[in-house]
Amino acid sequence: MFKRIIPRLDIKGPNLVKGIHLEGLRVLGKPEQFAKYYYEQGADELMFIDCVASLYERNSLMDIIRKTAKEIFIPLTVGGGIRTLEDIKNILRAGADKVSLNTAAIRNPELIREASNRFGSSTVVVTIEAIQHADGLYYAYIDNGREETGKEVVAWAKECEQLGAGELLITSVDKEGTGSGANIDLINKLTAGLTIPVIAHGGIGNKEHVAEVFSTTSVSAVALASILHYDAVANIHYEKADYSLEGNTSFLKQGASSGRFSPFRISDIKAHLVQQHIDCRVD
Amino acid sequence: MGTKKIVIVDYEMGNLHSVDNACKLLGYETTISSDRDTIRSASALILPGVGAFGHAMANLDALGLIDPIKDHIQRGNPFLGVCLGFQLLFEESSEFGVHKGLAILKGTVDRFPASSQGQPLKVPHMGWNRLQIVQDNRFSQGLNPNEFMYFVHSYYTNPTNPSIIFSKTTYEGFEYCSSVSQENILAVQFHPEKSSIKGLKLLNNWLTSIE
Repeated sequence: MFKRIIPRLDIKGPNLVKGIHLEGLRVLGKPEQFAKYYYEQGADELMFIDCVASLYERNSLMDIIRKTAKEIFIPLTVGGGIRTLEDIKNILRAGADKVSLNTAAIRNPELIREASNRFGSSTVVVTIEAIQHADGLYYAYIDNGREETGKEVVAWAKECEQLGAGELLITSVDKEGTGSGANIDLINKLTAGLTIPVIAHGGIGNKEHVAEVFSTTSVSAVALASILHYDAVANIHYEKADYSLEGNTSFLKQGASSGRFSPFRISDIKAHLVQQHIDCRVD
Repeated sequence: MGTKKIVIVDYEMGNLHSVDNACKLLGYETTISSDRDTIRSASALILPGVGAFGHAMANLDALGLIDPIKDHIQRGNPFLGVCLGFQLLFEESSEFGVHKGLAILKGTVDRFPASSQGQPLKVPHMGWNRLQIVQDNRFSQGLNPNEFMYFVHSYYTNPTNPSIIFSKTTYEGFEYCSSVSQENILAVQFHPEKSSIKGLKLLNNWLTSIE
């Protein structure tokens, strides 16, 4: 199948934020603007993750999804703080095509089965946040990498598939925000026993890293945040009236100049993949 | 635009709003309805749908919508079927037991084979894939023969009459019919409302055809 590039937008309230190692959130701007920019650049899907999903902030996320679904016509995945079938129904009604489950799936694995029975397997993405322990194995975490669950990720991934998950997203917490390349070891261990598609996330800092993960593992897609946000911040035309980004975007510019991340457009990444004979959607 | 009444059939099978949003973006107002009389009064019908075939037919039956939809199509009125709404046009499906369809088109709906060209076939077929458009008509205007569209499905259609095939798609070496067009009918396995600019172009071609 054609490899997919999925921009990942971490949302806090009405804002797009970016964290380092899933901590230290900073406001980047309006998610709707970034989403539209990525759509126009050839994103294959979009993923919105509510990273501080408190109940009173929920309406912001729903508003973002409803607005996005009116303007953007590619699949939308929404996650963060989803606990019940009712939550899933509401998110799908707002215009999402898939939901991503993490904490609730770990606490109640039956939710995966119930959700896939009711809404279809292809609607259910399970997100796994992995951290490597001293024994060399990877363990699943929740709460943005803060809480350990004791679940070894290869076994947990297999269980998710058996319960009916349609896709898995694997985040290497160790690599997240570092720009040092994807965690190939983790991804290969995870995909070895699976037949469902896997999305790789965490550590990708340049287009060569994207090509590397597709040519050395069997993942179907990569989720990208930082590498794309640097380019987007530089190119989105902000309306002065609606945002004060001072002090927020400056760190992105520093990050870009520090060399950890090379800002690239989706179109540049895809052109590189085509050059490397990796099939992806290019018009 | 929009002197014609476009009705999107709501039969509790998945996301109707994406199709609605796409029509609105293209400048067409729609009505989402599960009401028999509203559907009978439509000048053009859209049947979307995601889910199991048998469940879908049972819902259409319970809502009394089978005859209104069949009458609409058989009278030559414009019809767009998407995903499950495409598969339902055929005579029967083998999804979770054999279920009768609307039987407007001759043929069956079958599960993807377990393997293709000696390799296990991952089901569902999910993601972007190419069309191979084999008809040159008002629906293909402005589209290249090999456009990318977004697919999510585990079953595929086998039309008896190959001349109705609008496009074919090849999934890991397995070629199948990914859409049909016949007079007033356009019905597609993929999701034009999730297939970016080219999907919207195809949808616009259909919307333009009903004017």
